[in-house]
Amino acid sequence: MASYFLRRLAMAIPVMFFVALFVFLLLRLTPGDPAQAIAGDQATPAQLAAIRENLGLDRPIASQFVTWIAGMAEGDFGSSLISQRPVLEMIGQRIGPTLALAVMAMIFTVVISLPLGVLAAWRHGGMVDRFVMALSVVGFSVPIFVIGYVLIAVFAVNLKWFPVQGYKPLAEGFGPFFHRILMPGLALSFFYIALVSRMTRASMLEVLREDYVRTARAKGLGERIVLFRHALRNAAIPILTVVGTGFAMMVSGVVVTETVFNIPGLGRLVVDGVLARDYPLIQAIILLTAGTYVLINLLIDLSYALTDPRIRYQ
Amino acid sequence: MSASSNPAQGTHPRRRLLENPPHWTTVLAVAVLVVVIVMAAFAPQLANFEPTKLNAAMRLKPASDTYWLGTDSFGRDLYSRVVYGARVSLLVGAGVAIGAIVIGLPLGLIAGWYRGIDGVLMRMMDGLMAIPGILLAIAIVALVRGGLVTVIIAIMIPAIPQVVRLVRARVIAAREETYVDAAVLLGTRPGKLIRKHLLPTTIAPLIVQGTYMYASAILTEAALSFLGVGIGTEVPSWGNIMAEGRLYFAINPWLVFWPAIVLSLCILSINLLGDALRDRLDPKMQGRAP
Repeated sequence: MASYFLRRLAMAIPVMFFVALFVFLLLRLTPGDPAQAIAGDQATPAQLAAIRENLGLDRPIASQFVTWIAGMAEGDFGSSLISQRPVLEMIGQRIGPTLALAVMAMIFTVVISLPLGVLAAWRHGGMVDRFVMALSVVGFSVPIFVIGYVLIAVFAVNLKWFPVQGYKPLAEGFGPFFHRILMPGLALSFFYIALVSRMTRASMLEVLREDYVRTARAKGLGERIVLFRHALRNAAIPILTVVGTGFAMMVSGVVVTETVFNIPGLGRLVVDGVLARDYPLIQAIILLTAGTYVLINLLIDLSYALTDPRIRYQ
Repeated sequence: MSASSNPAQGTHPRRRLLENPPHWTTVLAVAVLVVVIVMAAFAPQLANFEPTKLNAAMRLKPASDTYWLGTDSFGRDLYSRVVYGARVSLLVGAGVAIGAIVIGLPLGLIAGWYRGIDGVLMRMMDGLMAIPGILLAIAIVALVRGGLVTVIIAIMIPAIPQVVRLVRARVIAAREETYVDAAVLLGTRPGKLIRKHLLPTTIAPLIVQGTYMYASAILTEAALSFLGVGIGTEVPSWGNIMAEGRLYFAINPWLVFWPAIVLSLCILSINLLGDALRDRLDPKMQGRAP
């Protein structure tokens, strides 16, 4: 187990190295003078020189890369070019709403799509099955912001059940928090409901053909126990993978959802940072989200190895 | 499935299509796509107004005989703008799908055949995949500025690893086949082997994958424009029409919903076409999630 863990970790390190290299080169390969691009057209020579020094652009490229990596290893991700504050601090202040939104969306996804997928596979070809297949095509095709605006038009503008926009942290009580996060959470989860229910259906369909399912039924177990205890457990690995990678991919959807519902999270910070060309901030956010993605994938792989001994010895 | 079990089945494509007619959703999807393509190709003829023509006296008018879908906050004709918007979406989709395949296909072939290069190349691709596509695209567009070409490149870069992975997996599977062993034993040079024996096995899945990439590129372009980091607002695209409309959502939600409906229908149709192509070109993939 330990050797598997180390081997898997050894694969994640070069991946993160390439992520850092891409992010680093992104600035260097930008046509023209990056300092000029960041400072804008009206920058004075003194401002340009300050930015160059801040980013270390006056030094050789390899040494810039090494210094940058070494800084991050010590927890120094640089300071914002606009507010001059450390970018980690800025990210820390904004990460709460983003995490809340992502976690709620994932909860909605699991709660809605697992039963849907199981039912669809159980009554293969039935009403629920057709619904899940139709939902999956629609869910892959309708953009998050369109879903968001449909929800706003129906439930906020017409029925007035929910506020149009805004966010309240969980610390101010679950009621106000849930009232405001429900619509954005549903909008964000729509795509993942389509994805996970389709995956659950496909995985369950394979498992339900197995002999042990027939055995379980033959020995007189109730359908519910057969479906959820015997079949779903064995169908779980592909479902877990989709849920895990889905969670890691969610950042993209979060950026858009936060804009639609005016949630003060990481997504708005990215877009504002990009529009203001706050390069250290963008670098840090991309690196951290990519790091999260790699970490989640690592955890998924390790959880396989824990549940399935065959994987460890490959 | 019946295609493989029926020995009397014709192998000629047209006969196969006649014996196994497409699902009604596929027919509908193709019809929608024809409409969108006509919209893009004949935008100047179909539009009632210049899509960028301002008219301060006609701001935010409801739908009428003159303005079929009403006007936006600058008094521009929404219908004409939506018609012109098809151009951007179709161009971006085509540019991204073709570009990602042109770059990803050779990389995938190399990674699948030359095992020594595989490790490094695939770790690079993993690294590229770890970066959320829309974040990377936002950063590229904002840093490089520029218009359509920048947007296409920005959406294409995160799509390349998908192509590389797909092609590589196909090549690795084909390596085990007897005909590849035979070619190697006959002393076929690697270049010819890859071109004649490995490349053909990747074509069908690439067409399917390309269709899905086309749809998802249109979606990403709309999201970028919606966030204000897409193609400049002087060119109407479905995304930036919605971005401008959302400021007036409370006054007239149709400023957002019309482009949204056309956009969603277009993406839906391309995805349905992709499903149909997958079932036809690759019977083994039938019924699987994309």
